[in-house]
Amino acid sequence: MRAITLALGLMLAVPVFAQSNMPPSYWAYRQLPDAKQEAKAQALMQELRCLVCQGQSIADSDAELAGDMRDLVRRRIAAGEKPEHIRAWLIERYGDWVSYRPSTAPIAWPLWAAPLILLIFGAVIVAGRLKRKRS
Amino acid sequence: MIAEAGLAALWLAAALSLLGLFLSVVHVRGKLDADRAVRSLAIVQGVLCLLAFAMLLVAFANTDLSVALVAENSHSAKPLIYKIAGAWGNHEGSMLLWVTVLGLSGTALAAFSRQLPSRTLIAALGAQAALALGFHAFLLFASNPFARLDPPAPQGRGLNPLLQDPGLAFHPPTLYLGYVGLSVAFSLAVGAMLAGDVDRKLARAMRPWVLGAWIFLTLGITAGSYWAYYELGWGGWWFWDPVENASLMPWLASTALLHSVAVLAARNALKAWTMMLAVIAFSMSMVGTFLVRSGILTSVHAFAVDPTRGAFILILLGLYVTAAFLLFAVRAATLREGAPFDPVSREAAIVVNNLLLTVILGIVFIGTLYPLMAEAVSGEKISVGAPYFNAVAGPLAILLGILLAVGPLLSWRQEKRPVLRKLALPALFAATALVIAFLALPQATVLAKLGLALAAGLIPAAVLPLIGRNPLRTPLAVWGMAIAHLGAGVAVAGMAADSAFTVEKLTASRPGETVSVGPWLVRFESVAPVAGPNWTAVEAELRASRGGGVQILRPQSRFFTSPPTETNEAAIKTLLNGQLYTVLGQADAEGRWQLRLWWKPLVTLIWFGGVLVGLGGLLAFVGHARRAWRRRALI
Amino acid sequence: MSRAFRLLPIILLVWVLLAFAWRLIQPPDPTVRSQLVNREVPQFVLQPLVDGVPGLTSADLATGEPRLLNLFGSWCVPCIGEAPVLEDLQRRGVKIDGIAIRDTASGVSAFLRRHGNPYARVGSDPNSNVQLALGSAGVPETFVVDGKGVIRRQYVGPISSSDVSKIIVELKELR
Repeated sequence: MRAITLALGLMLAVPVFAQSNMPPSYWAYRQLPDAKQEAKAQALMQELRCLVCQGQSIADSDAELAGDMRDLVRRRIAAGEKPEHIRAWLIERYGDWVSYRPSTAPIAWPLWAAPLILLIFGAVIVAGRLKRKRS
Repeated sequence: MIAEAGLAALWLAAALSLLGLFLSVVHVRGKLDADRAVRSLAIVQGVLCLLAFAMLLVAFANTDLSVALVAENSHSAKPLIYKIAGAWGNHEGSMLLWVTVLGLSGTALAAFSRQLPSRTLIAALGAQAALALGFHAFLLFASNPFARLDPPAPQGRGLNPLLQDPGLAFHPPTLYLGYVGLSVAFSLAVGAMLAGDVDRKLARAMRPWVLGAWIFLTLGITAGSYWAYYELGWGGWWFWDPVENASLMPWLASTALLHSVAVLAARNALKAWTMMLAVIAFSMSMVGTFLVRSGILTSVHAFAVDPTRGAFILILLGLYVTAAFLLFAVRAATLREGAPFDPVSREAAIVVNNLLLTVILGIVFIGTLYPLMAEAVSGEKISVGAPYFNAVAGPLAILLGILLAVGPLLSWRQEKRPVLRKLALPALFAATALVIAFLALPQATVLAKLGLALAAGLIPAAVLPLIGRNPLRTPLAVWGMAIAHLGAGVAVAGMAADSAFTVEKLTASRPGETVSVGPWLVRFESVAPVAGPNWTAVEAELRASRGGGVQILRPQSRFFTSPPTETNEAAIKTLLNGQLYTVLGQADAEGRWQLRLWWKPLVTLIWFGGVLVGLGGLLAFVGHARRAWRRRALI
Repeated sequence: MSRAFRLLPIILLVWVLLAFAWRLIQPPDPTVRSQLVNREVPQFVLQPLVDGVPGLTSADLATGEPRLLNLFGSWCVPCIGEAPVLEDLQRRGVKIDGIAIRDTASGVSAFLRRHGNPYARVGSDPNSNVQLALGSAGVPETFVVDGKGVIRRQYVGPISSSDVSKIIVELKELR
């Protein structure tokens, strides 16, 4: 068994991308024992952007830093911190870019307003159409 | 020799499109009867493109390393199917596929269109030739697939392991048939607006193209979603990634177009909507091509990141779409109102359907491009992802779903009967499901609960148009509509179930240990090395049981040598009521292996629903084709 | 449909095309930058990793003298290229502290032995905690910290020899 593990370990040692010297962080691939906390952590992880990937959340990435961020999220949630607080902490350090949920800052107002405007605009056109059709 | 033949075929095809464009302009202006000539040119041009594509496939199948593209993207040790599929697993090859479908669409349009007036058809073929000309130029001047490498490479660089999958053989060609098939709808719209002939005949000519392209898009997107699901190793099936959105936008536009063209064909109404949607649908295809190949948006799926090529496509896109929009602006006044209809009628329902689909399209468009816009204006970088799209498009999709249940029950022009009473039972199912969901699933999201309720109502409601009719006398198109709508309901059920019921388990285990996930007990039996044609892997054996028999799963952690990459090959077991999804990760220093296990009840309904939608479309296609055939036989 | 309605799609189209053209001319910069520039270094305490080289705390960065904070790893290839530049800076009197990201004692000792040790202190950050707290997303990165512990500038990627004089001037100005 040991020999196989060693042989496998040697195989795994093929440098395929820039790997650090440490294994993944403890909570990178472990779930919190409390299901409710894990669900909160999971929901937050789906909305945080992986800093070193091409457009993935940390919940969907095998990158080391993504694992470290998952570890950070889970540890803090387990310690009782609110998800919003953790998100804000990360935004403080990396900017709005790190959160997939656009903020409520002025930069994002057009984004939230646009669907409403589209809907109203469209509804007006349609209503005008339907009225005209009747007469 | 083969590569040169392919290149020559492309040049010839380009020259023929130029000639075809010129002749069609001359014909439309009434200076010459070039009907036969333009048609023949369109047919030959498409065949030449097909020839060129065949040459590229041969070069890849033989791993001809003197062709630069093959040297960059292939390897002699690859299995044959991936050698061939690898032809379109890169920018130049996939662009050639794009141009080939464009050419063949022109061929089919020229060969099979009988009921359109000559002027309209020739104008449409001219538009198609103009499109072909631009994209041929792009291919020949900026993305030559047949460039030679001198001296030939000793060995190829290999194909990205994530692409060495049956998905690559199926997903891109299917999608391209969809995207680029929409070019015919675009050309027909442009041709009809130029010739001044927007009517039922145009709609009947356009419909098979829209339907056909839409079926391929639906199946292509469904396949892509399933491919990402089992390949990426985390159980996600849609990520609102910019490239995914780029494929969704033409689909949304063509779904709206499909319904709009049906109204135009049946009632000669919604002319302006239909023309605009036809232009927008292919414009979205071109925007998608631009986004994916220019490198302006970050995505896991983006291939060639080349701003020069991007600029070329942008210019083409700008020219074509601006010209079409201008044409629409100028001709919109001549699109005279068709037959009137009541606010409560099938036409009205389709108008609302168009509205909702267009707004969702707008939301996906804005959400995808907003980070770019925000950065252009303020320099700030923001991210727009699933939280935005789900929050904003989700409720609209629910509304659309409700409309799907109501619309088919209304008659054309005016519905005075109390048809909504038929929805009493589906509404009851929906309400019951909603209450149960809110009571029994506190941890599920609101959208998931609404989705479950919608599915519970939509699935029975979709078959209502079939009830009370003789199944053998019901037109195939009605069967198609019912099955497609049913498929939509089934897909929503799958999406909501995946969101609400999935159970995840992450562990670090030693062989011999047992883990539970949902109702399953999974025993980690062993780990062993295995090898494949161009990879080696570590394979785990898992035995899962939930009372009855045992399911054996073998997830792998694979290593490819050229290029050196590590991937996770998930082991998935599909059962009647869900999927068991297992992934093997790394081992730690103490011999514990990372295992990721999911029990996903009803998740396969997502793709099964997608296939049903495609099937419904196919039935409708055949139904309309048969009717057109019969009508022609009578003349 | 009135004139305005018909022209609206074209106006929107032109706007979108212009935005695309802008993005092609100004390609996106994928560098992730810390937002903590001109803010205080967050509090941290990092254990030593190598014999004879003390560990690092945030207090050590606020001793009154401007310093460089360099994030590195023995597994990081560009860090090897950066090592001579850091040596050069240290020889010219610049104080440099290091944080070894996701590294082992043996790895770091071997690295310092082979490429020289420009660091006054090296702290161990095995889970990237402090890296995340600093708003850094990779290695190597270097922060210019003033005497009061406030981050003044971030260099993402290896420092090159052409940056050396700039850094020395900057540190002098921060005194």
